[in-house]
Amino acid sequence: MTAQHDAGLQLREITKKFGTFVANDAVSLDVQPGEIHCLLGENGAGKSTLMNVLYGLLQPDGGQIILDGEELHVENPRQAMAAGIGMVHQHFMLVEVFTVAENLILGREGGPVLNLEKARAKVTELAGRYNLPVDPDARIEDLPVGIQQRVEILKALANDAKYLVFDEPTAVLTPQEIDELMIVMQKLRDDGKGIVFITHKLREVRAIADRITVLRRGKIVGSAEPGTSESELAELMVGRAVDLRIAKPEAKVGQIRLSVKGLTVANPAGAVVVDGLDFEVASGEILCIAGVQGNGQSELADALLGNAQVTSGTVTLDGVDVTHSNPRQTIAAGLGFVPEDRQHDGYVANFTVAENLVLNRFTTQPFSKGLALDLKAIADNATDLVERYDIRTESITKLASQLSGGNAQKLVLARELSRDLALLVASQPTRGVDVGAIEFLHKRIVAERDTGAAVVIVSTELEEVEALADRVLVMYRGKAVGIVSPETPRDVLGLMMAGVPYEEALANSKAAATGKDN
Amino acid sequence: MTTFSAAEAVLDQVVRLEKVESADQKRARLSTGSLVVAAGLLLLGLSFGAGQIAHFAMSNAFDEVQLPTFAVPAGPAVLISAVLCLAAGVGLISGRLSPAWRRAAGVVAGTSFLFGFLSWAAATSALPFPVSNQLSGTVATATPLILGALAGVIGERAGVVNVAIEGQFLNAAFAAGIVGSITKSIPAALVAAVLTAVATAALLALFAIKYLMDQVVLGVVINLLASGLTGFLFDQLVQPQSRVLNSAPTMQPIPLGPLANIPFLGPILFNQTILVYLAVLSVAVVWVLLFKTRWGLRVRAVGEHPKAADTVGISVVAVRWQAVLVGGIFAGLGGAFFTVGSTGSFAKDLTVGNGFIALAALIMGRWHPIWAALMALFFGFVTQMASQLQTLSTPVPSEFLLLLPYIATIVAVAGLIGRSRAPAADGTPYIK
Ligand SMILES: Nc1ncnc2c1ncn2[C@@H]1O[C@H](COP(=O)(O)OP(=O)(O)OP(=O)(O)O)[C@@H](O)[C@H]1O
Ligand SMILES: [Mg+2]
Repeated sequence: MTAQHDAGLQLREITKKFGTFVANDAVSLDVQPGEIHCLLGENGAGKSTLMNVLYGLLQPDGGQIILDGEELHVENPRQAMAAGIGMVHQHFMLVEVFTVAENLILGREGGPVLNLEKARAKVTELAGRYNLPVDPDARIEDLPVGIQQRVEILKALANDAKYLVFDEPTAVLTPQEIDELMIVMQKLRDDGKGIVFITHKLREVRAIADRITVLRRGKIVGSAEPGTSESELAELMVGRAVDLRIAKPEAKVGQIRLSVKGLTVANPAGAVVVDGLDFEVASGEILCIAGVQGNGQSELADALLGNAQVTSGTVTLDGVDVTHSNPRQTIAAGLGFVPEDRQHDGYVANFTVAENLVLNRFTTQPFSKGLALDLKAIADNATDLVERYDIRTESITKLASQLSGGNAQKLVLARELSRDLALLVASQPTRGVDVGAIEFLHKRIVAERDTGAAVVIVSTELEEVEALADRVLVMYRGKAVGIVSPETPRDVLGLMMAGVPYEEALANSKAAATGKDN
Repeated sequence: MTTFSAAEAVLDQVVRLEKVESADQKRARLSTGSLVVAAGLLLLGLSFGAGQIAHFAMSNAFDEVQLPTFAVPAGPAVLISAVLCLAAGVGLISGRLSPAWRRAAGVVAGTSFLFGFLSWAAATSALPFPVSNQLSGTVATATPLILGALAGVIGERAGVVNVAIEGQFLNAAFAAGIVGSITKSIPAALVAAVLTAVATAALLALFAIKYLMDQVVLGVVINLLASGLTGFLFDQLVQPQSRVLNSAPTMQPIPLGPLANIPFLGPILFNQTILVYLAVLSVAVVWVLLFKTRWGLRVRAVGEHPKAADTVGISVVAVRWQAVLVGGIFAGLGGAFFTVGSTGSFAKDLTVGNGFIALAALIMGRWHPIWAALMALFFGFVTQMASQLQTLSTPVPSEFLLLLPYIATIVAVAGLIGRSRAPAADGTPYIK
């Protein structure tokens, strides 16, 4: 090996097993100062595992880590940090009841007495330097996920790390926030930092990667040039050609199934977050709720589930008033529900995959007999769903907490789509899943529509909205700005998401377009 | 992409939304309000059967400055209290009160119920109700509760549930008794108590943190162990030679210079034993430790999200060990109260559930040292009142009076406090 190859940070032949399952099989990867190395791969390919080994959260069963030609032992994150490695984790590592400043100085307090004044100054300084504004005194639990992600990034930057790992930082960000993050990453690269960037969004890869490596089922399966097209990348990841945009048959709209009238919802603090919403969804139709995160979409979904405080208005499902039903009743009435925060609300982390797959049905036939559960039926159901939804797990008795992020998402969708539905309400249904799985899940959702269910999709991703929607309801501050066709130009949708009514937005965008032409 | 910036810019402004009452707030309002109304109705009932005159003694016979004894016509006093209580209750239920008025209504309800009830009770007896004894007794009774609650606060903030405060008390009380008897030295007894409680804490830490045992079960086991062990040693070792081994010196009140001579307040607050002063100091110390130091930040982090702490290089296991052991120091001081802080002699199971009341205080105090201490004072007050009323021989059965502290716990937990949130990882072992 030449000296040149010894430079930078290298992972050599890293092997990591969980029991008999090999999550990383002699994986070698390196990152040089001043480059962005994209790590791609399907859900469960072993990307997070590899990075957790690098960061000292997991101990490898074989292989070496070499930093600037010398072997590096990382037994815990402290050693990784001392060696100049920082990481933005796929699942937030923030203490929810702490403020931003407290989270930022945790572990690097600099003296036995807390100096929050200094911590605040540090937040402001870092936020200014990387253009990631955030209020140092805000409590994490009060912040929207996008801002939480920002804090997580600032935390990694605070250490002055030489090498940074970004594990799917963009999954929960809005397009605008993603653009900002790209700029930050480019700036870091230009400052001479080495970056490993994990994402499922191929557009981002094309925009920013200097090198691309693809992992599949624990092994490196190839690398690609930065200019490689999205469909080629997708094929390399999944091992087959992928439809990045599914063909959707024309909707066969039937009678109205879900009808929402004057719906007003208050959050636990008593603020009105959904404000007099009116809409209807018919059988065989997909209504997408678009909007910038935090405009009442989550609360609307919760209200449809029966898990929010409806202060006025009505929700009718198949002619039955379900405004004040509880979740058990709405689920019994035929609601399939995919929550926005899968980790919190989507599954029980220390239940097995099989148990999680019957959470909505274990009290009914065929899964229970009298007072007992029919374990055989539960296992059969799990085997079938794991197969059909391609949930990557060695066994159906594995705990849900041990699934990779995207596979956990597939688990939730598999469960919700596995029975006859009158209404499907799904928030960010494909958050964190790979392109192959997005294709599949989008097809499944359209298939659900075509069986006659009414479908409501809450998504902040315009691509997803365009791919799925038959109609788009844009929400802003709890109110509907308008209901428009999915063919509406993106910049018009964008303006509507800022509260501008359709006609005005259309006029504005036309004016802007002619302005540009001149 | 300008359109997205536009959207973001609008959203970056703080969104001020209209406010309505949430379900939680409504529940809290109705339950608190009905509780206060019920208390008012009880007083109203009592006012019809109230005696003639209630006497309240403002100082006891030994005080430097003798204050007069007040005589209050019981019937009208109870009736007025009942009316105030009812008014406050109705106000609370109506939901029309501003936050400041709500707080005022709570204070009015509490004081008028107390005053009404005591007037009624005191009027049934010819003897005066000793107000100053009540208050100085409250401080003394609350001392071990405060210290025990602090021990729990530190451990649970780090994520280790401590149901073993009772066991720590008992072991510490025993050790303080024996060492005090042998050395005749209070400081030596305190040191012995602290060391014993820290050792008990180490047992808790070992099984909870290293062997990942269920922490509630573990706490119960440690309590049983403490009771059995001290009981056995007491029978076999101490009892046969109780003159040598069970006659520790007791702490004497230490007047704090001229402060102790302030009429009324002086004897209550500034003429107490060293343990009382230590308890007050400990509240401040724990508060500073938890909220103003690096160590405290780490303790709270490992109690909330241990993995997050791990990813920034904090050793979760080490911090949890430290927290449980530091908690042991306070539990030890609290345990010493039962021997060298009171009669100087040990008896089997002499802590009689104080460890559990300390636990209740820390939960009602929402895992906050100052609130936990205030809750401990509240329990101390009720306990002391029960024993004062017993000596007045009121018509209230003494068994019922003994129940008072526990009823107060239930009422406070159910109605007045509402939902409280434990540290998120409290009781969950950390496995990498
Ligand atoms: N603690 C664990 N115990 C057992 N198996 C695990 C554990 N952590 C991860 N795995 C398994 O290892 C495999 C790789 O997981 P990993 O989280 O690295 O995937 P990933 O490539 O990051 O996927 P995603 O894109 O969905 O985040 C998965 O099949 C997962 O189930
Ligand atoms: Mg991952």
